[in-house]
Amino acid sequence: MLKRLVALVAGAGLGLAASAAQAQEVNVYTYREPALIKPLLDKFTAQTGVNVNTLFAADGLEERIATEGAGSPADLLISVDVARLTRGVELGIAQRFDDPVLDKAVPAAFRDPEGFWYGLSSRARVVYASKERVKQTTIRYEDLADPAWKGRICIRSGQHPYNLGLFGAMIAKLGPEKATAWLTGLKANLARRPSGADRDVAKDIAAGLCDIGVGNTYYVGLMQQDPVQKEWAAAINVIMPTFGDSGGTQINISGMILARNAPNRDSAIKLAEWLVSDEAQRLYAEVNFEYPVKPGIPLAPAVAAFGTVKPDTLPLTEIARTRKAASEMVDQVGFDN
Amino acid sequence: MRLGSSHWRQDRPWFLAVLAIAALACAPVAAIAFLALGAEAGVWSHLATTVLPAALADTVMLLSGVAVLAGSIGVVTAWLVAAHDFPGRRLFEGALLLPLAMPAYIVAYTYVDLTEYFGPVQSVLRFAFGFRSRQDYWFPDLRSMPGAICLLGLVLYPYVYLTARAMFMMQSSCVIDAARTLGAGPRAAFFQIALPLARPAIAVGVALALMEAMNDIGAVEYLGVRTLTVSIYTTWLNRGSLGGAAQIALLTLAVIIGLIVLERWARRNQRYASQAQRQRRMTRLRLTGGGASLAVLACAVPFALGFAVPALRLAVLATRATLAEGLPDGFALALSHSVILAAIAATLAVAFGLTIAWSLRVTRTPGLHGLARLAGLGYAIPGTIFAVGMLTPLAAVDNAANALAKAWFGFAPGLILSGSGFALVLAYSVRYLSVAAGSIEAGFQKISPHLDMAARNLGRTSLQTVREIHVPLIRPALGTAALLVFVDVMKELSATLLLRPFDYDTLATLLYQQAARGLFENGALAALTIVAAGLGPVLLLAHLSRPADMPSLSRASAGAML
Repeated sequence: MLKRLVALVAGAGLGLAASAAQAQEVNVYTYREPALIKPLLDKFTAQTGVNVNTLFAADGLEERIATEGAGSPADLLISVDVARLTRGVELGIAQRFDDPVLDKAVPAAFRDPEGFWYGLSSRARVVYASKERVKQTTIRYEDLADPAWKGRICIRSGQHPYNLGLFGAMIAKLGPEKATAWLTGLKANLARRPSGADRDVAKDIAAGLCDIGVGNTYYVGLMQQDPVQKEWAAAINVIMPTFGDSGGTQINISGMILARNAPNRDSAIKLAEWLVSDEAQRLYAEVNFEYPVKPGIPLAPAVAAFGTVKPDTLPLTEIARTRKAASEMVDQVGFDN
Repeated sequence: MRLGSSHWRQDRPWFLAVLAIAALACAPVAAIAFLALGAEAGVWSHLATTVLPAALADTVMLLSGVAVLAGSIGVVTAWLVAAHDFPGRRLFEGALLLPLAMPAYIVAYTYVDLTEYFGPVQSVLRFAFGFRSRQDYWFPDLRSMPGAICLLGLVLYPYVYLTARAMFMMQSSCVIDAARTLGAGPRAAFFQIALPLARPAIAVGVALALMEAMNDIGAVEYLGVRTLTVSIYTTWLNRGSLGGAAQIALLTLAVIIGLIVLERWARRNQRYASQAQRQRRMTRLRLTGGGASLAVLACAVPFALGFAVPALRLAVLATRATLAEGLPDGFALALSHSVILAAIAATLAVAFGLTIAWSLRVTRTPGLHGLARLAGLGYAIPGTIFAVGMLTPLAAVDNAANALAKAWFGFAPGLILSGSGFALVLAYSVRYLSVAAGSIEAGFQKISPHLDMAARNLGRTSLQTVREIHVPLIRPALGTAALLVFVDVMKELSATLLLRPFDYDTLATLLYQQAARGLFENGALAALTIVAAGLGPVLLLAHLSRPADMPSLSRASAGAML
């Protein structure tokens, strides 16, 4: 019986492997939830006839591609957070796109100077503030460490990539010592131990547990659409913070890398080009409430209502470069304890 | 029993099969150990000064809390239903197992959803007392260490209950009655006789519960507790050191091994008499009045909190979401994937476990025994890391096969093992091997070696002996093993996410995708179905684990598993 079973499983495996080897398809490994990118991929298939197979996971896709090695079916890896994209490059699982269409569509600030990764959409790390209890309309990231906010700030785990992006930018701007002092001050202002996600920050503000918090822009648009969560979104204003008085708001991206051993390189390039087309970029804005990377694409009304975002000029590669230091700083300060 | 050398040739295939299974089971752990060797220097200096003291402290606190809570709930309820009679006892006997069907991360989401500010509990409180904001009253925050201990304890106590109950029911017939005859009161009978005697079995249950608590990432991270497992993920993902992460993973194994060794050392001077061959149903003490009410309460509370409350809440959410939006996309397919994978993995794990247990019975190779135990410890490693450990050998085999095929036939078939359902099935059956092997070994220990000898004298081969004598006798133990693995596979999430093929969802991954987007309500149906699909097997388990049929996990398995 065991033999028959093994044969059955092996047979099923063969079938799957064989079906993945057909022409005119592209294999996407993604850290973005299927529901977010499925509308995009479906449109691509409808227009080009190229089938898209997706594999979604929470962690470890780079390792999967790396261990799969020469035989890896992966063509594109789609991910949020620039540091994850550069980590893929460092692991040696990426190749250059070498595609002028991408270079033309994506501004230099949102792509790898070396050509290994390209941004697809961007988001700002902003301050959610209680409509009821907070009257100011501007804030600096540095102010989050001001004792005036003692016991009034909510934030998710310091080890989350979104926060590490912000903390890393602080390290790049202020240097490690001042950044550590800033994070210590922020820690001292927290109303609760860091936990939950960005939406929980809005929820806790609505519940009166804290007055301000840190979150990404698109969550506000998403919450407004949910019958339960719209109450949380209604309780907050979005303030676009700046680094100092002259800096901009901290930006991170979602983006893609091309797998080094991509078996369907041509289809993958076709999909990559499509993802930065006007149509796809508009979907990123409308469905996901993100900022398109391509200039001139209109924002979703909910996002436009936050006011103009002035992106900070710190290169994205700096956010990736400071990742490890930021993560160690979080431990050092005991931010999550 | 030692087989003569004339049998060796006949038994060699079995022996080799066990070696192969043990190698297979050890492969992921070995791959992780190999990764740990490749860690760059400097990881530990940061870890040792900043992370480890806090993470270790949190881990020890979480594990101790879970051990105490799951242990006491499990032992008390087991003792109540095994040695007493009170209204609803038969009902509770099965119902107390049901939290086993509840994945910890689902319970965490459900309780936070229930008890948060906008959830029903606090809303009612505010309405009843006229509070206007969160500042007006105190309410416990579940996203905390006590919250994590309570929630994990509530879903993990059935492991202790299962092992302890089987033990109480077996021992009681002779010793407890004797103790009672000698004038021991119910309290003395429990604390001086039943509890010490059941200790090895309780240790097995607690060890399983702790391994689950240790490998958990979903619930613990959501509740804001920073265990070693959370450090594994931050070291790997935020500091780019898979090697460092692998080292911490090995450290978590050391913690588990340490706990087991400590427990064994603590009872080093105790000896446990072999069990009675003939089992007599023990005289259950009839409880009345206040005693009966207390017993009902003690059984009803863990069942209600560990199962009924979250299940009802899920049912409400699922109904609401389904009425509003219909079945989620891919629901039926995900359900069939979950059931098929769980069924194949359970079969395979039982086949592996049977081979190992049988071989341990006849060959008595001490090295083999140790190897099997070692492989079982992979259970305590977080699922994603385990999955990476699984991918490494599979992809290596795949790529070697592809290189060969290309050289010989000019054609590469692609990743057959690592890119297919095979990887999932193998990962499950290996990860839950210790669960299966433990129950089966316990079953085997109840079969007298004389039966084997008689069968062999009558000219049966070893294979025939297994098929005609052993398998029919230990069928209930095989069933228990299969059901435990089935339920565990239905719940498994992290390894499944990383190892699955393209466009392939199970109920757990479907739910995760909804929860990751903050739309837990839409995932409630998948969650409820995971629970419902686990329900049948758990009830069957309750039936199978009655000693009238065959005690499944018992003192025998205590010896076998530790």
